[in-house]
Amino acid sequence: MRRIHDFHGGIYPPERKGLSNTPPLRKARMPEELVLPLAQHIGPPAKPQVAVGDRVLGGQRLTDLSGLPVHAPTSGHVSAIEERPVPHASGLRGPCIVIACDGLDEWGEGDRFEDFRKADRGELIAHLHASGIAGMGGAGFPTARKLPRDEASSIPTLIINGTECEPYITADDILMRERAAQIVEGVEILAHIAGSREILIGIEDNKPEAIAAMREAVRGREAMEIMVFPTKYPSGGEKQLIEILTGRQVPSGGLPSDLGILCQNVGTAVAVADAVLRGRPLVSRITTVTGETPQRPGNFEVLIGTPMRQLLAEAGCSLPTGSEARRLIMGGPMMGVTMPDADCPIVKTTNCLLVPAADELGNDQTAQACIRCGHCAEACPASLLPQQLYWYARARDHERLEEHHLADCIECGACSFVCPSNIPLVQYYRASKAAIREQRAEDARSERARQRFEARQQRIERAAAEKEAKRAKRKRAAMAKAADKASSDAGGSAGEADPIQAAIARAKARRAAQADGAADAEGAAAEAAAKLAKVEARLEKARATLAADDGSDPAISAALRKAVETTEAKLAEARAAVPAPVAETEQA
Amino acid sequence: MITFIEQYPLLAALAAMLALGLAFGALLGFASIRFRAEGNPIADQINSILPQTQCGQCGYPGCRPYAEAIADGEAINKCPPGGEAGIQALADLLDVEPLPLDAEHGTEKVKSVAFIHEDDCIGCTKCIQACPVDAIVGAAKQMHTVISDECTGCDLCVEPCPVDCIEMHPLPTTLANWHWELPKIEVGPVIIASDRETVSDREQAA
Repeated sequence: MRRIHDFHGGIYPPERKGLSNTPPLRKARMPEELVLPLAQHIGPPAKPQVAVGDRVLGGQRLTDLSGLPVHAPTSGHVSAIEERPVPHASGLRGPCIVIACDGLDEWGEGDRFEDFRKADRGELIAHLHASGIAGMGGAGFPTARKLPRDEASSIPTLIINGTECEPYITADDILMRERAAQIVEGVEILAHIAGSREILIGIEDNKPEAIAAMREAVRGREAMEIMVFPTKYPSGGEKQLIEILTGRQVPSGGLPSDLGILCQNVGTAVAVADAVLRGRPLVSRITTVTGETPQRPGNFEVLIGTPMRQLLAEAGCSLPTGSEARRLIMGGPMMGVTMPDADCPIVKTTNCLLVPAADELGNDQTAQACIRCGHCAEACPASLLPQQLYWYARARDHERLEEHHLADCIECGACSFVCPSNIPLVQYYRASKAAIREQRAEDARSERARQRFEARQQRIERAAAEKEAKRAKRKRAAMAKAADKASSDAGGSAGEADPIQAAIARAKARRAAQADGAADAEGAAAEAAAKLAKVEARLEKARATLAADDGSDPAISAALRKAVETTEAKLAEARAAVPAPVAETEQA
Repeated sequence: MITFIEQYPLLAALAAMLALGLAFGALLGFASIRFRAEGNPIADQINSILPQTQCGQCGYPGCRPYAEAIADGEAINKCPPGGEAGIQALADLLDVEPLPLDAEHGTEKVKSVAFIHEDDCIGCTKCIQACPVDAIVGAAKQMHTVISDECTGCDLCVEPCPVDCIEMHPLPTTLANWHWELPKIEVGPVIIASDRETVSDREQAA
C-alpha cells in the first residue's frame, strides 16, 4: 500500500453530489438535429470533408486529420456547414457541421484492433487521433499528443484520474460504477501505448460505490492500484493529483512527462477502449445535468452535438428561448463558464450542465476591497500569492505577474471561494493571462514588421546603389568611346574592324557635329547608316530564329517567316535611305 | 626625491595628484575608445518598445528614426499606435513622466488591417510602393491584395490609391483571439474607511 500525500491549500465547498448521483444512468433521446463544432479542443480546427446534402453514417469521419477530427454520432445527412453558437465563454459563433438525423442510426464499418498488444504503437496513436479522442476531464487536450511516439520515451507511471473533485458533477462517478470493466480495458491500452509499468487509479473517498466497482474490475491485475484519498477541492487537478499519489511536484512551467508520469481521465480511458476495441470514435459522452432547477437531475449518455436545451428538457428543466432568465453553467460551480445560449451543443468536454436556482450559488454579491487577510494564499493549491497577483493584475503590471508565476495558476477558483470580500480573483487572472499572451503575440508581430521594414529599406537602398553604379558605368563607357572616336578619327581605319562600334562612333560624331553646328547632311547619312546596321543585325537574328524553328507549330513558323519578310523590307528601306557615296565610302 | 617631499610637502602632494589624474584620465580615454558600444543602445531599446507600424504619424519616416529622435530628447507622446501603454513603457524605460498622447499626431484607434476591394483595383502598384512592410502583393495591371497577417494597419496605402479601393477594416473578434476582460471595478482602490468618497464629494461632483 502506497502512502497518500497531501498538497498545499485546497478548500471544502458543499459537494451537492447527491442531487445527481442517485438516479441510474439514462440514455438521452436522439435529437432531430446535431450541431458539431469543428473546434472542440485546443489547437486549430479541422477542415470539413463533407458537403451540404451528403448522407453520412454513424461513426463516419466528417473532417480531415489536420486538427482533431469530429465524427457523425448517428446516420443522417449534412444539412448545413455554418457558424452557430458554440459553448464558449465569449458567446461567439464558431464553424459547425449540422446533421439532420434520420433516426435509423445506421453505422459504417469502423477500424478496430483484434489484439492491440500486437499492434504498432504509432498505428494505435494515429488511430486514437483519427477517432477524435480528447481529454474528457475538462480541457479537452488531444489524447494522442500526450502519448510517447517511441519505445525510448516510454512513461513509467500512468495515473488515471477518477477524482472528480468539483462539486455537483457525478459523470465520472456514474461511469466508474456502470462501466468499470471498460475503463480497465482502456487503461490497459493506454498503459501499453505509453509503456507504463505502474498504474495508479486515484479516486476521492466520497464515491464508495465507484471505489468498490473499480476494485472489483482491477482484481487480479498486479500493475494496477486503486488509491483512495480524502475529499478536497481541487485534488482532481493534474498537478495536485500527481502530488497526492506520488508526493512529487511538477516543476513550474514543466509537464508531468518530465517526472515520467502520464495523466488520463477515466472518461478518456472508456473512449480509448471504444475506439480501439470496438471501432467506435468519440461520438457520445456522459453529462451530468444538475442544480436545483431541473426536476429530474441525473446523468445522461448523450450524443455529441445534442442541443443543451433538449438535454435540459429531459431532465425536467425548460429555459425560455432568447435571453435566459436563469444561469446555465457548463462545468461545475467552481470552474464552469456561463453559457450565453441554451441552443449551444454538447461537446466532447461538456461534463456537466448546472442550472442553479436564483440563490443557490450565492456569489453575486458586490466585490469589496481587499483587506489582505491572506485566506487566498492559504487556499491556493499552486502555492501562489493570489492577493499579490490581484494587485498586479489591477495595475496591469505584467512583469511582476510573471515573476509571481501567474502562469502556474490553474484557475480552480479556490481563492475566490474563500475571499471574504467576494473579489472575482480568477477573472482577474484569466484576463491577465490573456493580456500577457496577447502582448507576446503583439511583440512577435512587431518584431516581424521591423524585420520586414528593414529588409525593404535595404532593398531600396541596394536598388538605388545599383542604379547609381549603372549610371556611372554608362558615363565612363561613353567617355571612353568619345576618346576612342577621337583616336579613330585621327587613325582613320579603326571603324572597319567593328561595324557596330563604327555606327556608334558615327552617331557620336553626328552629335558632336550637331553641337558644333556642322552640316546636317552628314549627320543624316550617319544616322541612316546606323539604322542600316541595326536592321541588318535584327534580320540576322530573325533568320537564325527561323532556322532554329522545328516547324512543330505552323502558326509560329508563319509568324517567324513574316517577321523575316518585314525585316527584309525594313532593310531595303534603310539601304535606300543611306546616301550612296557615303555607303561606298564606308564599304571601301 | 624623499628630501624633495620632505622639503616641499605641498608641491609633492600636488605633483602626486596631477600624476594620478593624468594616469586615470589616460586609462578612461583608452577605455572609451577600446570599449565603445556599436550603434545607440538606448535607441535600440526604445525601438523595441515602439509598435513597428512604420506609419510615420509621429512625423519621422519610420519607428527607428523616431526611436533615435527620442534618444536625442524628442517627446515620447507622438506615437498613436503605441497608445497610452506604449507611452507608459517608454516613460518607465527613460525614467521620465508619462505624458498624454499628443492629439496633433492622431488618436489611438482600434487595431485594423487594410483591405483592397479587388474588383475595383486597377493594378497601379502605388499602394505596393507605399507599404512599409511589403504586405501588399501584385504587379502592374494585375489585381493587388493585402497579406493581412503582415499588415501593420499603418494607413499609408489608403491615400495613394487613385481609385479609392482600399479600406481599413478593424480586426474582428474570433474564437481564436477572444479573451477575458478584467472585471469592472465597482469599488475604487479603497484601503481605509476615510478613503471612501463622502456624500458631500458626490454632491459636489453632481
